[in-house]
Amino acid sequence: MKYNLSSFFCGLVFGLGLLLSGMANPEKVLGFLDIAGLWDPSLALVMAGAIGVGLIAFTVAGQRQRSLLGFEMELPTSRSIDRPLVVGSLLFGGGWGLAGFCPGPGLVAMGAGEIKAIAFVGAMVVGMMIFEQIEQARKAHALTQA
Amino acid sequence: MTIDWASFTPWLSLAGGVLIGLSAAGFVLLNGRIAGVSGVLGGLLQRQKADSFWRIAFIAGLLSAPLLWALVADLPPIEVNASLPVVVIAGLLVGIGTRFGSGCTSGHGVCGLSRLSPRSLMATLCFMAAGFGTVYVVRHLVGGSPL
Repeated sequence: MKYNLSSFFCGLVFGLGLLLSGMANPEKVLGFLDIAGLWDPSLALVMAGAIGVGLIAFTVAGQRQRSLLGFEMELPTSRSIDRPLVVGSLLFGGGWGLAGFCPGPGLVAMGAGEIKAIAFVGAMVVGMMIFEQIEQARKAHALTQA
Repeated sequence: MTIDWASFTPWLSLAGGVLIGLSAAGFVLLNGRIAGVSGVLGGLLQRQKADSFWRIAFIAGLLSAPLLWALVADLPPIEVNASLPVVVIAGLLVGIGTRFGSGCTSGHGVCGLSRLSPRSLMATLCFMAAGFGTVYVVRHLVGGSPL
């Protein structure tokens, strides 16, 4: 219960931060990505503000065995810079540059009732399901090879 | 490079960034997890994961933010100039890409860089480069009109 409540609250604050920073607006995100046109550096300041707080929080979190609410720490352990990381991130960046939406702002704009954001989130979920299918097929293939 | 001073919102964006950082801080300190939106959402679509309610709660929080905002003030503009087919293609690419790449702007960009993870730095450089490149092609090579 505590876990779900703090999840909701963190999602809410995240969404409010996206709205306040202007990042829920795809046109503003594209203004940052358009360095050859009129450039809006706002996104860099969003990252600076978020990482400034994050650096402290993750330093503290890294030293803890359990969370403040007593839950197990579940931080990523993978260290490898591999092909899926690079190719996946390039595909993501391509999609981000096409419409100006990444996952968080897509969901926030959907909550605001923006029709194209609903279409974006629907397509994103389909994309994630395609990934699951590919992963399942890959695992099944690996099992038959073993 | 010409700075768009009319659109630049340094203080609001910094303040919004601090809120995003506080959310990521709260999530890792209270729940011990990375506040990565694509990972939270993608985990819901994995059959073997039974721990899904907190994921729905986090996403419900994101969806509720504009509703709470609208109770207090007018919502900021949300301008989507890409056409519907382009938005759908963008969504597919973002969905597949973030899952193969294990994260998006929040998980790699905010949390990963805060953890000084080389893997997240690489991912962030890749999606930023692809984002800059795509906007350059769409706005300056294809002709600038929204697709």
